[in-house]
Amino acid sequence: MDAGVPGPRVYGRWDGPETVERLKAEFPGAILSSADFRGETTVVVALDAVADVMAFLRDAPETRFDMLTDVTAVHWPARPEPFEIVWHLYSMPRNVRLRVKANAGPEPKVPSVVPLWPGAGWLERECYDMFGVVFDGHPDLRRILMPEDFGEWPLRKDFPLKY
Amino acid sequence: MSEATHIPAPHHPRETIWLNMGPSHPATHGVLRLVLELDGEIVVSCKPDIGFLHRGFEKIAENKTLHQFITWTDRMDYLSPISNNIGYVLAVEKLLGIEVPPRARVLRVLLCELSRLSAHLLWLGTHALDIGAGTVFFYTYQQREMLYDLFEWLTGARLTTSYPRIGGMARDIPDGWLQAVKEWLPECRAKIDESDGLLTNNKIWRNRTENIAPLSAEDAIAQSVSGPVLRASGVEWDIRKAQPYLDYETYDFEIPTGTVGDVFDRYLVRMEEMRQSVRICEQALARMPDGPINADAPGVVLPPKEKVLTSMEDLIYQFMIITEGAKAPKGEVYHAIESPKGELGFYLVHDGGPAAYRLRLRTGAFVNLQTIEKAAVGAMIADIIAIIGSLDPVMGEVDR
Repeated sequence: MDAGVPGPRVYGRWDGPETVERLKAEFPGAILSSADFRGETTVVVALDAVADVMAFLRDAPETRFDMLTDVTAVHWPARPEPFEIVWHLYSMPRNVRLRVKANAGPEPKVPSVVPLWPGAGWLERECYDMFGVVFDGHPDLRRILMPEDFGEWPLRKDFPLKY
Repeated sequence: MSEATHIPAPHHPRETIWLNMGPSHPATHGVLRLVLELDGEIVVSCKPDIGFLHRGFEKIAENKTLHQFITWTDRMDYLSPISNNIGYVLAVEKLLGIEVPPRARVLRVLLCELSRLSAHLLWLGTHALDIGAGTVFFYTYQQREMLYDLFEWLTGARLTTSYPRIGGMARDIPDGWLQAVKEWLPECRAKIDESDGLLTNNKIWRNRTENIAPLSAEDAIAQSVSGPVLRASGVEWDIRKAQPYLDYETYDFEIPTGTVGDVFDRYLVRMEEMRQSVRICEQALARMPDGPINADAPGVVLPPKEKVLTSMEDLIYQFMIITEGAKAPKGEVYHAIESPKGELGFYLVHDGGPAAYRLRLRTGAFVNLQTIEKAAVGAMIADIIAIIGSLDPVMGEVDR
């Protein structure tokens, strides 16, 4: 679809390719891919490298992502690794955003980033509540919005909208 | 007193009791339940229980077309519905790669700031009422009522506005509306000053709010806090300045900040924010350009009704948008606005279908509310009410 408006501005400031290159040099083989869409930078990281990459992104002087904006997941049932875990990071001193992703298998288990950013506490609980993604190392991983005995994962694609 | 009459201290540990605050408690601002462990009047631990207003918005978004979901965003932060509507349509417009005309951009800024005023006026009234200053409540509600009349005139609804559309607005501004806003703004500013006079140097107010639940800048950033709560901790960060959208960089306004991040600082920050919002509204009114209100993007923007009835092409577009949804490219975008509660982000994953494949609603109130777990420890029960008010949670946005 041709939108018909020439050259719309893209709102928001995102980190550029230099950080992607820096990550590739620091973690050879762990950066699976990267993408740039509408000025937004996405980095896909191997699941076993997530904890190290996140610690690097927070502490390295050239990245300094001191704020975790969001943690969520996307369910792709047809894929061999059906869960895509998505972290949105923000760097206060550099005023840029970055999206980090990792793919997890049918029994998703990913490292918790609560030790790095305490603000991840409720965000990871919500992701667990909605998708059943287990955050390894979370101090208090319980359901947050749904009842404790709900027993299902409502935002998975196989959960029906209504019975 | 002789040695014999001295009564020794009991050797058992101090007993604590559990207190349920909410979910139906007038001062928890909706259905927030706090499970408090108390030692006398001192809070030993606080476990928030949320989700009573969970309606599954993110699931619903996967089953409604991109246009249809606009109406659901009203019900997130129901104190600033237009601001949510605008945040959502901006995210969709980013995905589509379209930008609305100048008139719509200025109108959106005006509406964002009016809804910030509406949300902060309600916060001020209820926060003051919770702490015992009843008069302020009536002053702010009177102003808010006038503002709701303006919203109703423009959008047709007081609360469920659903006025913005993907690529523009539902209809142009009615005659006389801009003038009415212009006349209301000075009155609002005077009432903010009046409430300020009732509270800021009031000894009771200061005793109840100063040094209650201070939050350092480092802790605030580490806990992902945003909005007025973050700024009260001394961090000068406002998305309207840091990552401007809708031409906010061309407006002249300041970001108020606090120093220690206690309840009083949060109060001061929001009071100043209201004055700055009035300033932005005045600038938006002064520069309101003429011209179209909708982007020229056939197949995405709903065509005007009179064209639907006379032109075959527009009839087809109307039919396709309603039945199949607007055609959007595959991809993913994140767009955040500075809502009255903080960072309101929409993470939209699209696979080319009529509805979003996944829509994540990152709301400021949800993330800010989690700080209460730590802030409550060591506070008195009565302070909990002040802390809740200062965090300004809206459960519609927390639970979604």
